[in-house]
Amino acid sequence: MLKNIIFITAIFISGVVQAQNILIKNGTVLTITDGVKENTDVLILGGKIKQIGANIAVPKDTRVVDAKGLYVMPGIIDAHSHIALDAINEFASPVTAEVSVGDMINPFDVAIYRALAGGVTISHAMHGSANAIGGQCQTIKHRYGVTNPDALKMEGAPRTIKFALGENPMRVHGEGKNIIPNTRMGVEQTFRDAFAEGRLYMQRWEDFRKGITKESPEYNLRLQTMADILRGDILIHCHSYRADEILMLMNVLKDFGVKKICFQHVNEGFKVAPELAAFGATASVFSDWWAYKFEVYYSTAYNAAILTKNGVTTSINSDDPELIRHLYHEASKTQRYGGLTDEQALALITINPAKQLGIDDRVGSITVGKDGDIVLFKHHPLSVYAIPQMTIVDGIVRFDIQKDPDDMRMEVSPTASESSYYQEMYGEEEDSCLQGFSEWLMDSKTK
Amino acid sequence: MLNRLKYIFVLMLTVWVVTVNGQQVKKASNGIFLLRNGMLHTVTHGTFSGDILIKDGKIADMGSSLSDVNAIIIDCTGKHVYPGLIDAGCRLGLSEIGSISLTKDYAEHGTFIPQMKALTAINPNAVAIPVTRVNGVTTVFSKPEGSTFPGTGAVIDLFGYTPEQMSAGSEGVIMEFPATGRRNKWDRRSEKDIETDAEKSLKKINDIWSDIYNYHRMDSLASAQKLVWNRNNAAMDAMLPVVRKEQPLFIEVNAQGDIESAIKWVKAKNIRAVFSGVAEGWRVADKLAAARIPVITGPVLSLPHRENDRYDAAYTNAAKMAKAGVKVALRTNNAENTRNLPFNAGFAAAYGMGVDEALKAVTMNAAEIFGIDQLYGSLDKGKIANLFISDGDPFEPGTQIERLFIRGWDIPLESRQTLLNDEFLHRTPGLAR
Repeated sequence: MLKNIIFITAIFISGVVQAQNILIKNGTVLTITDGVKENTDVLILGGKIKQIGANIAVPKDTRVVDAKGLYVMPGIIDAHSHIALDAINEFASPVTAEVSVGDMINPFDVAIYRALAGGVTISHAMHGSANAIGGQCQTIKHRYGVTNPDALKMEGAPRTIKFALGENPMRVHGEGKNIIPNTRMGVEQTFRDAFAEGRLYMQRWEDFRKGITKESPEYNLRLQTMADILRGDILIHCHSYRADEILMLMNVLKDFGVKKICFQHVNEGFKVAPELAAFGATASVFSDWWAYKFEVYYSTAYNAAILTKNGVTTSINSDDPELIRHLYHEASKTQRYGGLTDEQALALITINPAKQLGIDDRVGSITVGKDGDIVLFKHHPLSVYAIPQMTIVDGIVRFDIQKDPDDMRMEVSPTASESSYYQEMYGEEEDSCLQGFSEWLMDSKTK
Repeated sequence: MLNRLKYIFVLMLTVWVVTVNGQQVKKASNGIFLLRNGMLHTVTHGTFSGDILIKDGKIADMGSSLSDVNAIIIDCTGKHVYPGLIDAGCRLGLSEIGSISLTKDYAEHGTFIPQMKALTAINPNAVAIPVTRVNGVTTVFSKPEGSTFPGTGAVIDLFGYTPEQMSAGSEGVIMEFPATGRRNKWDRRSEKDIETDAEKSLKKINDIWSDIYNYHRMDSLASAQKLVWNRNNAAMDAMLPVVRKEQPLFIEVNAQGDIESAIKWVKAKNIRAVFSGVAEGWRVADKLAAARIPVITGPVLSLPHRENDRYDAAYTNAAKMAKAGVKVALRTNNAENTRNLPFNAGFAAAYGMGVDEALKAVTMNAAEIFGIDQLYGSLDKGKIANLFISDGDPFEPGTQIERLFIRGWDIPLESRQTLLNDEFLHRTPGLAR
């Protein structure tokens, strides 16, 4: 117990330390955007990548990490997860653009540490998929050790929002409450209504500002958010599976002049890859999950490769606190299913998700000026034998396999030194996007 | 004349179309195959370069410079040959679509229903079967779950059109040991309630067990004295091979305390047992080894089951048990993604087990646990020809499985997922109408 307390204190302290200066020596650097550099050093100063090259002199007050025989790659980015969140689904209405998971961040979630141990430095903490238009999401940095929820938020990351198509909104609202949407037809009209209302709201404010109307419209956060989407200030990340519904949403967006969208899961994206590429839509997929529900029955593990080869910017995501720990392995499966090159496969978990989150100017590659988010691997990260050795976020070592205590909880009950055994953790192979709703449904059935 | 020509042309066209369409479905073929000059990973007697002759569904011969005038020669120079991988626990064929209950056949109603046979409900044409075997998995233990005695699992080969064609000749009764763990994060029972629930369940099992034992004694007595006995209890009949030690009981048990209780229970009941799940086996590896109870564990790619566990608790579990001397086989415990068995083995290998031991865990150890090691689990003369040819280490995702044999049948490496790739990689029409 005492050991725990000392350790937790240590974490708290490390949570507030300033970024360290780190020189990673002699690694094989997988830059992602500028090839592979053997025997190369990477210098991180003040939390940013300062220099990449051979034989970089050690500046003073700089920790040297020997990476000889190791692979150095940018921190892995997960464009779809639900870790570090206390609530995921506000399922009371088919449109809940006003809510934000950023209000529900839990910095104590040990899943953050476990993701770090898998080399993941950034995740896109998403609202669930119960609603056609769900809540706003939050891009977080895995600064495990900080206790202030806001300190996990990635400064300057663009706003994002969750949309959802198909079975989930149909089940929750149509089947669950006998309201629209009960079909994919209803899903389309839910979007059209919400966008039309948002556009009207925007117009009313415009008229008021111009003095055309005297009385100010009533402020409405839901409609304000819709207006922000219409203006292009919020990136859409849409839970989707079937090809037809993907085409439907692109048509809706065309009609309302919205351009930025990343389709999430998008198991049937491969069927409409040319349309996705032409629209400029991106895709964030599972490597191989399928058949957990009917709308993913006609899936193929070649999805990521087909999308990539058709020019769609594609990422591989986890949507799961287990899968997030080995996204490098998930990316490697595109070599069995579709023969992607190392560079293409690694882009799926680095620069491509960064593009989808609008943060590719900050992270996603080892480039001078980018954030000091780095992971060191023993064995090539696309090998099944790869083991992450060290994960650095903003120049701070957040995971080090050499100094890795077993118990990494930040919240420890004073009465129990060991937590309960849970038979089922998350980690069932299905999307976690109905979390909250499923439990509510179970509760209401037993009542 | 012209009409007749026309008629002949149409007839020829029809024949051509039918033939072409017929060829679109690739079918398995059998015959005599000579795999020449491959790197043979035998599992039982090392890895060396040599030939394999497949005949009558078996490995007819192994060695160097083999020949058979009737054989189809397959040049394996630079290639690797491995025995087919065995998943020691999954729901393959028993579940088609996860969220649609009517496509799920692994959880029947009732608590004591060992007579429910997986082999009856396994769909030989499940879409996931070809999806699985293209990764080198040739044999699986597909099993029911969801109650105290949920039924009898079956070891099947992943090729065949009837249960008889698929059966690998081994079945096993499943028991789920009363669990003292919490079911999930929303299980808010008090510690005391959890304990009471588990005690109640164990008492129920013990009551059933004394009935089973009595049934066995009556049955033995009746047959010894050649008496006519109106046996009509299918559930009890299913338990006879277990209580008579002809078959092991497959006991699903995971938390440390439960494993310890289960070891004592098995000893008290004097039966053969295999433990499955065994998520916290690493905490009691020595006890498992001392009790000589083999273990089927996995998926390796799992979260730890306690918040305070080390992040790699599940990755290292198999290795820790194997090091302590436990016989370990691996499972995915999955349905549609049973294809990930080799990657689970790869992770176990990386996290302490080593490649050789991990390969054993998905071949020979599994065969031994199911009592089919005379015919399965390695490249040995006389064994069933379940094997595959790859261009490298099958645990590595970058490796391609190039050819696969099940019971000597040359199986096309095709599944709905590869066919979708063939159709959509370069879609025609593309964007144009």
